[in-house]
Order: sequence, then C-alpha cells, then structure tokens
Amino acid sequence: MNWKKLNKSPKALLLLLGIAIVSGGAHAIAETPEQKGFAIAARSDRTDLGFGDSNVQLKMVLRNAAGRESTRRLFIKTLEKPNEDVGDKSLIVFDSPADIDGTALLSHARILEPDNQWLFLPALKRTKRISSVNKSGPFVGSEFAFEDFTALELNKFNYKYLRSEACGDLVCDVVERQPRYEHSGYTRQLSWVDQSIYQVRRVEFYDRRGDLLKVLTLADYRQYQDKYWRAHKFTMVNKQTKKSTDLVYSDYVFGTGLAPRDFEKAVLRRVR
Amino acid sequence: MSATPPLRPAVSLPRRAPWRLGLYVCLLGLLVWPRLGAAEDGWRLTGFIGAEARVFTRTPQFPGQADEDAYSAILQPELRYTSGDQRLTFVPFYRYDSVDEERTHFDVRELNWRKSTRDWDLLAGVGRVFWGVTESRHLVDIINQTDLVENIDQEDKLGQPMINLTLLKDWGTVGLFVLPGFRERTFPGVDGRLRTPLPVDTDDPQYESGAEETHVDAALRYSHVIGDWDVGAYYFYGTGREPRLIPDPANQRFIPYYDLIQQVGVDLQLTAEAWLWKFEGIVREGQGKTFGAAVGGFEYTFYQIADSAADLGVLLELLYDDRDETAPPVLFDEDVFVGLRLALNDVDDTQVLAGVVYDPEDEETLFTLEAERRLGEHFTAEFEARLFSDEPSESPLSAFGRDNYFQLQLAYYF
Repeated sequence: MNWKKLNKSPKALLLLLGIAIVSGGAHAIAETPEQKGFAIAARSDRTDLGFGDSNVQLKMVLRNAAGRESTRRLFIKTLEKPNEDVGDKSLIVFDSPADIDGTALLSHARILEPDNQWLFLPALKRTKRISSVNKSGPFVGSEFAFEDFTALELNKFNYKYLRSEACGDLVCDVVERQPRYEHSGYTRQLSWVDQSIYQVRRVEFYDRRGDLLKVLTLADYRQYQDKYWRAHKFTMVNKQTKKSTDLVYSDYVFGTGLAPRDFEKAVLRRVR
Repeated sequence: MSATPPLRPAVSLPRRAPWRLGLYVCLLGLLVWPRLGAAEDGWRLTGFIGAEARVFTRTPQFPGQADEDAYSAILQPELRYTSGDQRLTFVPFYRYDSVDEERTHFDVRELNWRKSTRDWDLLAGVGRVFWGVTESRHLVDIINQTDLVENIDQEDKLGQPMINLTLLKDWGTVGLFVLPGFRERTFPGVDGRLRTPLPVDTDDPQYESGAEETHVDAALRYSHVIGDWDVGAYYFYGTGREPRLIPDPANQRFIPYYDLIQQVGVDLQLTAEAWLWKFEGIVREGQGKTFGAAVGGFEYTFYQIADSAADLGVLLELLYDDRDETAPPVLFDEDVFVGLRLALNDVDDTQVLAGVVYDPEDEETLFTLEAERRLGEHFTAEFEARLFSDEPSESPLSAFGRDNYFQLQLAYYF
C-alpha cells in the first residue's frame, strides 16, 4: 500500500544488476532511453528491497474543489513476499470515519493477474471476496486509484528515460512509464527520480485520452534501519477536478515478525 | 409433540439471560488479564445512536395492527479492551419503538473474550458469526438467531452464546462451535406491521428438546480459499433457528415451536474478473420431511460507468426451497431476484441497492430499495423502501400485502 515498497522486483533487480555490471564496466556501450529508464526505476526499487514486513498508520485528507476536508484514518500491515511471482500481502483496517470503523481490506497482490481481495464488513461480520479488476477507480473516495497504491511493481511498466532536470534542491531523472497491465486508467506516467537517494519525488498521471489527470508529490523522506526510505507525505492533486488527497504516514514499524498466515482470509474475523 | 427423547445439555444456563456466559467469561478475563502491551492496546469506545421513521403507506390488514407510522430510537455502543492477542468486547443494543412493544427491545449483540494467535483463535461469550455469499437470501447463515423485529431482511441477529475455536491450517480453516443456550426469534407484537395474520406469542415458546432453550447446539465448519474459489461447508446439530408456527385460534395467536434439526450447508463463490458467481445450499432434517434449498447466481460490475467514478453492479439470483407444509413457512420457495447496485465511490460513500424478488408461481413481487450515504464525518443517512404486491394468495408473503413502507434512519457514529 505504500508507494515506495511497491517498486521492487527481484527478477527485475537481477536484470538491473546485469545492466549495472555491463553499463558500469563499460560506458562505451550505448544505452537506449528504454534501458536507461528501466535502470533508473530499478535502482530506485533496489533501495527498498528486503524490508520484510511493516506496520504503519495512515491519515488521508480528502479535499474537494471548494476546500472542504474529509479525513480517514487507517492502519496498514504489509508482508513483503521475497518471491515476486506471488506478490505482497497487505491488510488495511479503517478507524475513521466512525461509521466504517473496523472495515478491513485484505489484498494478495499478483503480478500479471488481478489481485485477490477480501472486504470485511463489521456490522454484519461479513467477509466478502471482491473483484479487483477495478484498478483505476477511486480508493475510498480519494484521488488515489487502487493502482496508484499497488500497481507499481517494477515490471508492470515499460520505461523510457526522457531527461534530467532540477527538482527542488535536487537533480532528478525524468522517466516515462507505460502500464503493461490490463484495466489501467492511465496511458502513461512521468516520474521524477532524484539522483541523490534515488527516490520518486513527483509523478504525473495521464488519462486514457492522454490528458494530464493528476500530479503526485512525495515529500518528507525518512530512512529506516539505515536502508529503507519512506516518503511520509503524498499529495495527489487532480488537475481536472481540482480535488486533492494527502496521505500522511506515521509510526512506521519494520520487522514486526508478520507471517503469511497473518494475511489469510480467516484473520479478517478478528478485526472486530 | 415429538417422539424424540429430550436431550440434556452438558451446561445448563439460567433462563432468560443467554448472555450470562459472556458476562462470566469477561469478568474472569479481567481478573486474569495480562498487563498492557503494544501501543494500540487499551480501551476503545465506538458505536452509534440513531433515529428512525418508518412510514406505512396503507392501512393495516389484520385486527390489532396500529394504523400509524413508527418512530424509533436506537443505541448501540461498542466497548473493546485489547491487550496483546486478547480482547474483550461488549456491544449492547437497544431500540425504542413508538408503536410495537415487541420491537422495543434490548439485546447483548456481543459480550466476549477472544484470544487470537497465528494458528488458532478462541472466542468465548456472546458473539456474532456470519456465513454466506448471496445477497437475496442468507440461507446458510445459522449460528445466530434472527432479530426479526428489526427488519424482515433477516440481516439483524441476536447475540449467540458460544465457545468458538478456529484453527488456521494450510489446508483450510476449521471452526468448532459449541452453542450453550438458545435465542428465541423475535416477532412483531399485535400492534406491529410486517407480521403474520395472528401475532406470534414469544412468551410461550415450545421446544422439541426437553432442555428447551438450554439445549447445547454444535456446529463444525470448514472453509478455504482455492485460487479464485472461496468454499465453505458445515454441519449443524441443535435447535433450529426457524420455528414452526402452531395456530392457536382460541387465543388468537401462533405459538412458536422449535425443532431439533440437523443441517448441512455449502457456500461457494467464484471470483473471475468483474464476475462474482455465488451459490449457497442446505439440506435440513428434523422439520417434517427432509428438504433442500439453494440460492445461486451472479453479480457483474460495470466499473466507472459513463466516464464517472461510479460502479454499477447487476445481480441475478435464483432461489429454490423444496420444503412442504410440515416445515416452517418460507417467503421464497421458487423465486427470481434481480438487483442493481450503484456505488458512487464519492467522499460520502453513497450507495444504492435496488432489487425485486419475483415468484412466477404466485405472481408475487417484493421490491426493495436501500440507499445510504455519509453526512459529514460522523453522521449517516439510510433510506429504505419495501413494496409488496397485493395479490391475495396462500403465500406467507401476502401477509405483508398492505405493509409497503418507506424508512429513513439518521445515525451519529462516535
């Protein structure tokens, strides 16, 4: 569910290592924009690999065009799957708004097929398997689509390096990426990856007509366990509707010892 | 009334207080409680308070029914105390109804202790369990008794005393249920609408078991996820939740009679892209002739219709029930359900579900519309309408022929 952790894939990483060895050893070998774009995305990915599992609190602030705010608070548990053919697992439990307190969403991400997802409705104590082909719809009324959270596995995109330019105090590589998976709401995205700590700083999303739809800004990067960078503030602005959503992460905990069984459908009953 | 010898329960409980088990367990839990652990531990109070208006469009059908709209106040706080892998839960419920004194009622929805470890969890006390996948009828759901005065959709349930051990295995999930203490179904009083032609006298229930409401029921359920399939199957033995209604014309009433039954049930769902294929089936023995019943169908969702954020789901379910007159009456014996579900996916979580159940044989229809949205951060509004066809027939649904209603509920969540 976290932006950063989604950017990873051991397979792609091996490929990247191959590229790194080749390109690092011999700059003379010409690199296509596609190869360079992939290498930049993969290097960003690598900074995040191997975190194991995490718990984090998330506050979402939804803002309409008139500035009216609405807040959601949720708790996210994530289990990184070392084998990328299986995909990560995550459990989201809502605290607020109060009427959806205890509502939970369990996701088993998959790489090429739709994810497996179950929704727990505490009022009825009912667990429902839900369809996950709806990647581009809004997540709980926010400006984030579900694919904005979960679809950023490295090899779900084709990449192309465009240019390098200043981004704030940093220098960023600008990489275009095109979704390879079905049911995406986007034709392409532009990502700004900084050259210092290799983190994504900004993403532009272009809709099915090719028009600019949303702009995401990632800020407040902090490093955990001397390895894993996490942005703590994500701001998504919809340029067409003028609505926006902030995601504010807090209290990251890594290495809590979660196991696959903690992400089975049966654990949803325990949420409430 | 029955040749079956009465079964004596291993555990005998005080009458009229089925949640006492939960109380004892929670008091014991507090005594032996471990010290506080993680940051999310501790007390937590949530819940809601609501007001409801139910407006009937026509005069009542039966003598005694009040010809007035019903106004209600509802309170359901939820108190939880969590410490590590253990939790105490207390969820009382109260409704005051301006018309029907049977609908004015108190219940303990939950009062339990739960310990959850990676490979098993144990719940003791009063709890709520839901099984099933279909939308038009909750056929396999059997652990909790229906709180029928709340709504005829049978989605509101009374708290059930239970000891429930769940084992999580690589080959599936196993649930063992010991259910000491039976909850009687609630029925509208003589003043109430949406009732049988004669009121059901809940003060004088009869049981096949000599242990009456202290009979200890049991259930065993297996469920698993196999790829795109979610499967579940169970066996239940004990006092059936659906009573037969014995006419007592001399006293102008029905007497509920609760049989001992055995029931097996299966629920299946296949999730394939935007399709959800669903099936529930049961076989029940112990209420007259052994019978089977099934519900099956699909839900297909059109996402982001007309370039908006809204999703539109189309539901179709077929209902079948082959019980005869020796079993409790059922509203849906051979019916078709067609529904539409609209989710706007907006900030207020606006949702609308409209559906029609049609019985081709009796040419009866039941139309339902449910709409809900959030108002600000703490309030919700729910609208509900049910419209019944008014054809005189032998079907139990015809008792509701003049009970078309519109209902609005406002709730404050805290």
